[in-house]
Amino acid sequence: MTTTQLPGLLPELEVIRADFPILERTLAGGLPLVYLDSANTSQKPQVVIDTMVDHLERHNANVARAMHTLGAESTEAFEAARDKVAAFLHARSRNEVVFTKNATEALNLLARTIELGPGDNVVITEMEHHSNIVSWQLACERSGAELRWFGLTDDGRLDLSNADALIDEHTKVVAFTWVSNMLGTINPVSDLVARARAFGAYSVIDASQAAPQLPVDVAATGCDFLVFTGHKTVGPTGIGVLWGREELLNQLPPFHGGGEMIETVTMARSTYASAPHRFEAGTPPIVEAVGLGAAVDYLSHIGMDAIHRHEQTITAYALEGLATVPGLTVLGPPDAAERGGAISFEIDGVHPHDVAQVLDSRGVAVRAGHHCAKPAHARFGVQSSTRMSSYLYTTPAEIDALVDGLEYTRSYFRLG
Amino acid sequence: MTQELDALYQEIILDHYKNPHHKGLREPFEAEVHHVNPTCGDEVTLRVHVAGGKVEDVSYDAVGCSISQASASVLTDLVIGKPVEKAMSIHEEFLTLMQGKGTVVPDEDVLEDGIAFAGVAKFPARVKCALLSWMAWKDATARSLEETSHA
Repeated sequence: MTTTQLPGLLPELEVIRADFPILERTLAGGLPLVYLDSANTSQKPQVVIDTMVDHLERHNANVARAMHTLGAESTEAFEAARDKVAAFLHARSRNEVVFTKNATEALNLLARTIELGPGDNVVITEMEHHSNIVSWQLACERSGAELRWFGLTDDGRLDLSNADALIDEHTKVVAFTWVSNMLGTINPVSDLVARARAFGAYSVIDASQAAPQLPVDVAATGCDFLVFTGHKTVGPTGIGVLWGREELLNQLPPFHGGGEMIETVTMARSTYASAPHRFEAGTPPIVEAVGLGAAVDYLSHIGMDAIHRHEQTITAYALEGLATVPGLTVLGPPDAAERGGAISFEIDGVHPHDVAQVLDSRGVAVRAGHHCAKPAHARFGVQSSTRMSSYLYTTPAEIDALVDGLEYTRSYFRLG
Repeated sequence: MTQELDALYQEIILDHYKNPHHKGLREPFEAEVHHVNPTCGDEVTLRVHVAGGKVEDVSYDAVGCSISQASASVLTDLVIGKPVEKAMSIHEEFLTLMQGKGTVVPDEDVLEDGIAFAGVAKFPARVKCALLSWMAWKDATARSLEETSHA
């Protein structure tokens, strides 16, 4: 059996790859690009690029402010993108979808607007991206609330053994990632949401790594808020999403003040629009939102279940391949079924930077460093790691190129 | 592609990486600094002992890639035992080399093993790695001098 016939891969993988023009790029020396950095940012299909170009070429105008044909078209395209995102998340209402700059801004919006005070606590986890740590650290410093966190087990799962002590009647927020960007771990979100709900705390899910590769149904998770970013879901940069229960969004105070977020303004005071516009002050990233709409439509058309299966298949194949490299240690759960498509690893005797540099010289793009997850690295006693991350366009042959590249890296640094 | 890689990873750099000189934290010292490269997480703790206008010792503890580790090793070779003023001019010269985008021809009489880093200057993402310990040294030396002048 050739590897291209691995059961679970997306059918017509070559057709999907042809949708992504950048994958045809060659690098210095005529090497084909092997892009294994999709957890950092994903590549963009032609339909997203074309949709954005078409909007700029034919429909560009400001939204909700311009009383002319282009203004109406632009507003329609922008609001249609909101509908597409709402459908992608299985949201009850389009009013629950707030466009932000990215997931980081969405998390900061929550950390700034959810009321906290001395005696309250916020519970996060040790595997969060810095955006879901620092924003709550700042909120706790401002308000006098206490920051608590779940630790990790040795195999990279959340340690829930002290959950009953961590989440209590003073907990106001439980914020956690669905899929770890470093360890790949898929967390038990419904369980965590239920624990938060039991004490009346808000649950906040960081779905930045989950939305690209898992079916996301906000109602099924039971959560109160969920954020993700556009550029990891084959959309453009500069656009992110905050989803929240409509009644909760409307209870939160505004975040940024400005145009579009108001009902009426006098010199003395203002009243504010309802969600989502309450949180969209100023001219929004219009073409980026339109691009994101095309992106989530593209993903839904292929099917999130099929994409998830593909990611798991590639991840299992990669874990097998990486296991053949001497001195290589994978961080995080060993079982592909419990992981997303990001695998961080260490190689004895070669620093991650040097690994990434040698791989780059062979056309293989990975990330090296702390992946904005320093505490998670510290938990495993490592300063940094090399991370490969796959996506719907990744082939087994690309994983083979990675493994060959790692063998070459070892020989280059004379590790036998 | 191997050629380009070899320009970055000169034999001298790999040698210093495998067998770093003057590594470890030692006494006495007037100043200790901790510098990090926030994008990648490389870290160095570096101590400087200056006496009578001379760099008596530079000791360090560092974690990071081959470039940052080798660079710290070469730094100590070049500045220990030199008058502070001379060491600072070597620092300037190394800085010029690293910021030259590969256009600066290094002077082996001044930079000795440091000339091996000429290739690193062509890799913008790695220049910071090469400069981490050098910046830490400059910082620590300035503090040492301050310390001594107050004493």
